[in-house]
Amino acid sequence: MTATTATVIEVRVPPRSAVGELRAIKIVWEREVVRFASDRLRMISSLVQPLLFLFVLGTGLSRVADAGTGGLDFRTFLYPGILAMAVMFTAMFSAASIVWDREFGFLREMLVAPIRRSSIVIGKCLGGATVATFQGVIVIALAGVVGVPYAPSLILEVFGMLALLAYTLTAFGVMVAARIRQMQSFMALTQMLIMPLFFLSGAIFPVSGLPAWLTVLNRIDPLTYAVDPIRRAVFAQLDLSQQVRHRLAPGVTWLGWQVPSLLCAGVVAALGVAMTAVAIVEFNQSD
Amino acid sequence: MQHAAVRARGLVKRFGTIEAVRGIDLEIAAGEVFGFLGPNGAGKSTTISMLCTLLTPSAGDAQVAGHDVVGDRDLVRRNIGLVFQDTTLDTYLSAERNLRLHAELYGVAREAVPDRIHQVLDMVGLWERRASLVSTFSGGMKRRLEIARGLLHSPRVLFLDEPTIGLDPQTRASIWSYIGVLRKTEAITIFMTTHYMDEAEYCDRIAIMDQGRIIALDTPEALKASVGDDRIQIQTDDDAGAITALEERFGLYATMVEGAVTFRVAQGEQFVPKLFAEFPLAIRSVSVSRPSLDDVFLSYTGTTIRDAEAGAADRLRHTGRMFGRR
Repeated sequence: MTATTATVIEVRVPPRSAVGELRAIKIVWEREVVRFASDRLRMISSLVQPLLFLFVLGTGLSRVADAGTGGLDFRTFLYPGILAMAVMFTAMFSAASIVWDREFGFLREMLVAPIRRSSIVIGKCLGGATVATFQGVIVIALAGVVGVPYAPSLILEVFGMLALLAYTLTAFGVMVAARIRQMQSFMALTQMLIMPLFFLSGAIFPVSGLPAWLTVLNRIDPLTYAVDPIRRAVFAQLDLSQQVRHRLAPGVTWLGWQVPSLLCAGVVAALGVAMTAVAIVEFNQSD
Repeated sequence: MQHAAVRARGLVKRFGTIEAVRGIDLEIAAGEVFGFLGPNGAGKSTTISMLCTLLTPSAGDAQVAGHDVVGDRDLVRRNIGLVFQDTTLDTYLSAERNLRLHAELYGVAREAVPDRIHQVLDMVGLWERRASLVSTFSGGMKRRLEIARGLLHSPRVLFLDEPTIGLDPQTRASIWSYIGVLRKTEAITIFMTTHYMDEAEYCDRIAIMDQGRIIALDTPEALKASVGDDRIQIQTDDDAGAITALEERFGLYATMVEGAVTFRVAQGEQFVPKLFAEFPLAIRSVSVSRPSLDDVFLSYTGTTIRDAEAGAADRLRHTGRMFGRR
């Protein structure tokens, strides 16, 4: 019990500074990554559902869908949606850790530290984005299995889009989680949100020629703007007739105007920034 | 000039219509071990929350380490260490990583971090277990780790909210011996709450709190001396008769406390032979005790701390756990 404290090491906490905030962001980010890396089960479990969709649903539906795909493997069509799905599940799960931290007390350790709440939110979002992107990369690695070539430019573009989507979805999750006290409520709420987001996004059907109500819902679904550029990038690498390409990857339109991929990415990024801002406001209020 | 470590004037906290803290005045010197004693629901945790900048006072003001708890929140936070009732550790990380995380959040100078982590872990006897996941720790080890973490950034004031709650007596004793070491090795003021009377004796000064007010504030010795008389408890077959007999024969006012007829008298040991000689009823057992802080609480509030807790439970149910999770 007699501690070896001949000399007490006095450490000092410096005044608040940008460097201090960056350190805080980095450590919050690091914690997310470390925890994810040490949790194999979570890594596997958040891949199960996307792979189930791709290989079971995709293979099964291809028997009825092949008639409409002009000879294209239905799973190839589905693949961009599955990339988005893998990222979505992991990002939401990362955001859930905020509720978890609140329930198990650790959130308080962060909230009482002499740092800005925004540093906590940004660190969380970046951490969630990192692990979700990592899950996306695993699915990118499967491209060959569903007949998508490993072209460096394609991989790069898909990776970029997924990283952006991962950030925005984590920010969305954190924004929702900021107000929620119980894990069950968060899980129920995300279940309610995830599936509509996924189905409406055009992940499993082409977004042109839909009934008006579905077109409207599709255009306001943020996931649409991530799935569409990815699908266009994937299809650009495939050898397809103009007609098939036009039917399966028509691209998102706003009142008939074709939205360029870069603008789609911009929409996702802008939403990410906006939701981060809302999450920060929420955290500043919750004391 | 040395600032008072903690100073509060007219501190009030209202939750809706309930006044949890009804005007607290305090001044705690640097280096002091100060205890807040009272039943659950007395407002101890709410007061600590205000001093720690976690709750905004409804009225009054307070300075901790010379900084205002409302105006200079960050400065206060940088100068205090906190150990909460509930654990706030990340149980999926190792002990050392928890401390490193804390050092980063508080922006402790990097070069000092490894040595300081070694030192605080040594102090609480957890250096050997630094690489273990916190989820493998016992309740007492977690609490010790939290104390180490609270000290990591060399705070000027360490707030311990019920540091020994839920621990077995042996672990409680060990926590206290660590706090004892801490007093000697670190230039620090310790502000703690407890509802264990025996623990309050470790403090330099104690404030007894009940129903949102400080009802007594002094050293443990002075508080006990203020009660003065010894306490005698007797067991009889006819408690009501015994109370009447005590009043009629000896002019003593007795009450039932914890199932025994209880009264106070100066020089209790000398009174007992007289009691046996003149008491009309059979006495099954007798106990004499010097005043304890329990008696102090009893004499100031007219109730024991255990009974007070039973009453406070209702108030608590309305206000929620103030220091608990938000």
